[in-house]
Amino acid sequence: MAPRTLYDKIWDDHVVHQAEDGTCLLYIDRHLVHEVTSPQAFEGLRMTGRKVRAPEKTIAVPDHNVPTTQGRENPAQMPEESRIQVAALDKNAKDFGINYYPVTDVRQGIVHIVGPEQGWTLPGMTVVCGDSHTATHGAFGALAHGIGTSEVEHVLATQTLIQKKSKNMKVEITGSLRPGVTAKDITLSVIGATGTAGGTGYVIEYCGQAIRELSMEGRMTVCNMAIEGGARAGLIAPDEKTFAYVMGRPHAPKGAKWEAALAYWKTLFTDEGAHFDKVVTIRGEDIAPVVTWGTSPEDVLPITGVVPAPESFTGGKVDAAKRSLDYMGLQPGQKLTDIAIDTVFIGSCTNGRIEDLRAAAEILKGKKIKVKRAMVVPGSGLVRAQAEEEGLAQIFIDAGFEWRLAGCSMCLAMNPDQLQPGERCAATSNRNFEGRQGRGGRTHLMSPAMAAAAAITGHLTDVRELMGETV
Amino acid sequence: MDKFTTLTGVAAPMPLVNIDTDMIIPKQFLKTIQRSGLGKNLFDEMRYTQDGKEIPDFVLNQPAYRNAQIIVAGDNFGCGSSREHAPWALLDFGIRCVISTSFADIFFNNCFKNGILPVVLPQEAVDHLMDDARKGANARITVDLESQTVTASDGTSFKFEVDAFKKHCLLNGLDDIGLTLEKASAIDSFEAKNAALRPWA
Repeated sequence: MAPRTLYDKIWDDHVVHQAEDGTCLLYIDRHLVHEVTSPQAFEGLRMTGRKVRAPEKTIAVPDHNVPTTQGRENPAQMPEESRIQVAALDKNAKDFGINYYPVTDVRQGIVHIVGPEQGWTLPGMTVVCGDSHTATHGAFGALAHGIGTSEVEHVLATQTLIQKKSKNMKVEITGSLRPGVTAKDITLSVIGATGTAGGTGYVIEYCGQAIRELSMEGRMTVCNMAIEGGARAGLIAPDEKTFAYVMGRPHAPKGAKWEAALAYWKTLFTDEGAHFDKVVTIRGEDIAPVVTWGTSPEDVLPITGVVPAPESFTGGKVDAAKRSLDYMGLQPGQKLTDIAIDTVFIGSCTNGRIEDLRAAAEILKGKKIKVKRAMVVPGSGLVRAQAEEEGLAQIFIDAGFEWRLAGCSMCLAMNPDQLQPGERCAATSNRNFEGRQGRGGRTHLMSPAMAAAAAITGHLTDVRELMGETV
Repeated sequence: MDKFTTLTGVAAPMPLVNIDTDMIIPKQFLKTIQRSGLGKNLFDEMRYTQDGKEIPDFVLNQPAYRNAQIIVAGDNFGCGSSREHAPWALLDFGIRCVISTSFADIFFNNCFKNGILPVVLPQEAVDHLMDDARKGANARITVDLESQTVTASDGTSFKFEVDAFKKHCLLNGLDDIGLTLEKASAIDSFEAKNAALRPWA
């Protein structure tokens, strides 16, 4: 057999049927569901009298719309429309017999944090969800991508998706990261280099020493934003770190099944000589702590830089950059570290895991915030509990942060956690689009350590200066 | 799903690159549990002031484009969130076709599930059609899915590529869940084989 990429191998093992024109019916191992993109799909099943084909492989959790304040189990806390949407998921989960973590369950959280945490996500699987950040699960060597609501209904009814295969793209990060540089800086730097459409039509495999050296949490951060680079999915080949993370989780295989799974998982790597249609290589040593300055995740610069002039771009990007600077209230040539911050948001499926909270707490220890408002929204109830046990919660609270319950919160601002017009936010989330965190809100994306640094200085800050590192 | 065969209509020019799904339909409108009714909030934050007044400069508020059925857009249209509310909002407004140099993957697929045709053309062709769209209601563009052509008001015609299966479904307005369920026995046998090979999955 010709040498195959990791993507080729997972794909081949899930083809149910292939038509002459290459259109495939692909089997889906895990289907994650949340309240916002599923009600119309369940309604479609009811209208056609169809059932959920594999309820045992379907996992639902409300996350996008839920309040992150205490007392939220009382539905009166929610606006009417949100309450109806969450109640619809409650009912759909019950009626169709799927796995469910309601807001009252300590395991509730952001769907992409709950899946891996509970051991639903395993290497070599196909994982889909009606959410673009499903790419997160690629950190386990699972082929994972977002789908629309019609496809959610298709997967519910058939446990398959109609797909054409994407092309293979390799993103290699060589060497090691320097101190103060994190997985978030890798993934933003890759998007900065390739653009938000650079991965369109591809599945990206991230590899290289710097990727190997990342924890599972860091790898999830990298894969999470593959979609921001336009790719259908991001993948990282599983290794001993992956297996150690998975072992013992509630839905991970046990005993003889574990052994069989492990033997299979160890075959999940790209063969020597396998073909990639596109290759991008970045030196880990060259990556600096970065922030975004504009309204697209490709608007990335090292924190030591200045706001660019729109004329420095070409094509349609010139007008887009002008619009971005106007929206962001920034001037070309302004030093990024001179940009004052009002709000700090630490959380999201990109950076709401325990390691992210540890990195932020490390910077915040014994300090006070100088911004108007700062909040930490743990990615799940279990992350929250662990952070409390480790004393991190107290560090955040002492620094002046709000310590919230789990959910998507201000990443997309569907619930009351929103920016006011003109407010500027240092955010660990994934999108800096116009209005993303609230109409007129201005978002700068960065790592948890960088967001913590901005919280205590009141402006965008090079975290390395607080760490005593020379730049 | 409504069939898509041919369409002749006014095209709205939106040359901005990276028009994302948060722009197309902001998150506050995702709380609905229905597919319909989103057209009035299409491009909400670009189209209305905070207090709900129309912004006259926005293209779909201009008299020539209020009944546009086509959008000619800048590169990477539909990037960002997987929300199918984006094509639902376009469709509810009356948009049946978007023409650009490239589309984000999930949005592109979502269009086909809702009877909207996303057309990818080279930069020169999109530039030509953008100029045409700027002429307003007098310059109508024709999109023919069967022959895979877009024809500008001056008669210049551009051929586009489309996946054969997606074309078939769109031309006939087919529900692909129904088509897949015809392959239920293939799914059954895959599951049986999979249970033996990967019992942990």
